[in-house]
Amino acid sequence: MNLLYLHDRPGIYLVLAACLLAIGIFGLLRRRTLIGMLISGEIIFAAASLNVMAVNRFFAPDPTAGQIFVLFIMGLAAAEVAIALSIIIAVYRNYRSIAPQELTELKG
Amino acid sequence: MTSFPFASYIVAAAFAVAAITMIAGALIAVLSKRIIRGVGGLMICCIGLAGLYYFLQSPFLALMEILIYVGAVCVTIVFGVMLSEPDEPKPTDRVADLFGAIPIRSGRFGLWGAAAAFLVCTLIGIGIARLSLGGPWPVAPARVSDGSVAAIGIALLTTYSLAFELISLVLLLAILGALVIARSGRTKPPSTAHDQLGILAAQVTAPAPPSDTHPLVSTTAGHEPETAPR
Repeated sequence: MNLLYLHDRPGIYLVLAACLLAIGIFGLLRRRTLIGMLISGEIIFAAASLNVMAVNRFFAPDPTAGQIFVLFIMGLAAAEVAIALSIIIAVYRNYRSIAPQELTELKG
Repeated sequence: MTSFPFASYIVAAAFAVAAITMIAGALIAVLSKRIIRGVGGLMICCIGLAGLYYFLQSPFLALMEILIYVGAVCVTIVFGVMLSEPDEPKPTDRVADLFGAIPIRSGRFGLWGAAAAFLVCTLIGIGIARLSLGGPWPVAPARVSDGSVAAIGIALLTTYSLAFELISLVLLLAILGALVIARSGRTKPPSTAHDQLGILAAQVTAPAPPSDTHPLVSTTAGHEPETAPR
């Protein structure tokens, strides 16, 4: 009977967010291209958003604050993706590769 | 609790579908060989996350999650995939792994690196899960608003109006910065004397050039030395 009302408990959301964070960190460590690392970063963003939303739903007095916070996280993530993809395209144009192992020099 | 039969079972099944969709999408996004499948996995993950937001009593955020992530972020990443060559490169012998000491064998998956990364992320995940399950959480206080879309709109325009304006400014700057960064290196100044002479001749012979002819000429001139091996 406890499993039926699992979606009304805060623990399952926090555990799911922890799983998402672990998967994102695994991808960030294992991916060998910049776009794959960017996707893993988005998964970590999603984990943070889910955590904020769970705490907002169950432990916060004002439920609009967390929703607005997550909306701002989404906006910042969109901006970050735009900047990161333009950097990736510029790197690909200069190096003909976006493997992070080959990007070994930083010159202006 | 409701009059509809098996309502709690249906709700629990929908929750399980959302959670499994999210975790499976994240696993696809991380473990797939080709990057474009990873982008598809990110889309699936975001749809599952939108379902979880719906269960957290915020349907507006569920809609925004699908709209922004699936509709904007993933499509932008697809554009990035099209403009570059993102598939996993073949690991060479000299490539060291993340920790510098474990070499990857050529043509293999890099088993030691995968095991180390799996260990690290498993430790982090289990630690945070134990912390969040075992911690003394406060008792839920009384609500001061209902968290509806109307309440979000009122709060965005009154309490958080400065942050709202700032994030629009941040998005504008991000667009401009992305344009500037991705444009650099695309048009090069003419390197050879022949190209300069050609541009000069084009400027002289054109009687009244409109303002956009000069970048066009420099673009066509700048693409020629780019074909040479760098």
